[in-house]
Amino acid sequence: MFAKLLQDHKASLIALGVVVFVVLSSIVVVPETQQAVVIRVGEPVRVINRFRPDTDFGQTGAGLSLRIPFIEELERIDKRLLTVDMEPQQVLSTDQLRLEVDAYARFRIIDPVKMVRTAGTTLRVQEQLRPILTSVLRQELGKRTFQSLLTADRGKAMLQIRDNLDLAAREYGAQVIDVRIKRADLPEGALESAFSRMRAERQREATTIRARGQKNAQILRAEAEAQAARTYAESYGKDAGFYDFYRAMRSYDYTFGDANGASTTILLSPDNAYLKQFKNPRSQ
Amino acid sequence: MPRFPQLPGGRNWFPFIIGGVALLWIGMSAIHQVGPKEEGIVTTFGKYSRTLSPGLNWTLPWPVQNVAITDVTSIKIETIPDSENEKLMLTSDQNLVDFSYLVRWNIKDLKLYHFRLFDPPQTVREIAEASMRASVAEVGLVDVIGGAGRAQIEQNTRTRMQKILDAYRSGVQIQGVEIKKADPPAKVNDAFQQVTSAQQDAERMQSDAQAWSQQLIAQAQGDAAAFDKVFEEYRLAPEVTKRRMYYETMERVLGNNDKVIVEANGVTPYLPLPEVRRKKTDTTVTTEGGQ
Repeated sequence: MFAKLLQDHKASLIALGVVVFVVLSSIVVVPETQQAVVIRVGEPVRVINRFRPDTDFGQTGAGLSLRIPFIEELERIDKRLLTVDMEPQQVLSTDQLRLEVDAYARFRIIDPVKMVRTAGTTLRVQEQLRPILTSVLRQELGKRTFQSLLTADRGKAMLQIRDNLDLAAREYGAQVIDVRIKRADLPEGALESAFSRMRAERQREATTIRARGQKNAQILRAEAEAQAARTYAESYGKDAGFYDFYRAMRSYDYTFGDANGASTTILLSPDNAYLKQFKNPRSQ
Repeated sequence: MPRFPQLPGGRNWFPFIIGGVALLWIGMSAIHQVGPKEEGIVTTFGKYSRTLSPGLNWTLPWPVQNVAITDVTSIKIETIPDSENEKLMLTSDQNLVDFSYLVRWNIKDLKLYHFRLFDPPQTVREIAEASMRASVAEVGLVDVIGGAGRAQIEQNTRTRMQKILDAYRSGVQIQGVEIKKADPPAKVNDAFQQVTSAQQDAERMQSDAQAWSQQLIAQAQGDAAAFDKVFEEYRLAPEVTKRRMYYETMERVLGNNDKVIVEANGVTPYLPLPEVRRKKTDTTVTTEGGQ
């Protein structure tokens, strides 16, 4: 049955096959993540699904498109945000300190025709931009002090680097969106000296803390002594004469009263006040 | 042409096979089960058409429409660094701190997430790294390690990341940034321990002083109170109280000690001294105080 069908309509089937082939090869599918440059015998003629910043997905040129088969070729280019990652670089700041910097740039192809003419592929663009990023970064960071690289100026430096890199990137039909420092570390050699500086700082801190503790302790003691003195003065000040007597009694008690172990030999004169009755009761 | 086994009744299998393949084709590529945490992106010949919500969804079969289903609400966690190795960061005072943290994120706009960025998870990691280092570089070492600056670092990093990701139109939402570890580098750890021990020393010195002070003051108050009590008595009958105290004290003093009474003019002891010394506890002459 099938063979007979083939036999009868051989010519028309071949014609149908050719038509299908031609139709299929004149239809191209471009996904949302790509833009495509149509090249007609070596010459870029138009762009399918070109990047436009404000076009919503669904409204773009993605999807099915037509081309002239065999004559027009398609160069597909990534439409997404791409990365240029550089090798970690040593950067010398104006105060002669070394910093190991690792940065990246994000870019997008906004002029695919130009890109196809100058670089060819996005991979080539990345390769071309990498050394430019490195040198721009060195240049820009080398104008600043170490401290400012760490904090305040970092944002400003990044913007400057981005603008400079963007200028170069336009040659390749690319737009640089952003440059960021991923890491800014001390290189191997500088690490040791940073450690020893940290160590010295900690030791100084420890000494300061001890000294402060000592000072506070002293102040506490002095305050307590003052308070004790005030308490004594308030109480004893009521009668200085009696205090003298009272304290003398306690002192005798303390010194001689509790003879635990060695007793003291006390020589008493018969004239001693204690013995005045002993000597002559009537003399009083 | 291959021969298909015949159906009973002489009919061909062929239409059934075609029908089966077609059903399978439609079943596989036209019906899509989207889970409760997921969304699906439908593309028609590569062009975005719509986003599928959770549930059972119909699309045109492949190759016309294609569906990519992605988990959007689940929180993804990036731990940086991956390994347990020491990772040093510079603080604002040019000190180093051994640092590790994690970033929690999810997809807020699947469309953007899907089409805008090349390798979004890697982008999130890189932005996290850049933002975290910028934030740590704003804070001094003591605050980074001590914890006073931690909340600020986490908050700043999160804000920074979100700002960059939004600028990239990445469709990524940062849910949170948490510092896992912020320690002094291992090589200077001993110096930091010294600070801790100095702090402990200082605290000990102060608490010792405090204890001593309490004791001193308590004693002063005790002494003063005792004096006050006696003084009250004394005021009622000064002369008699004074005498009584004198004799009582003398009793205690002389009662517990050896005593020798000596004539004032010349050294004529009433008793020989050595003998007294020999009998230490025995009092030879008792001079009980009689009033």
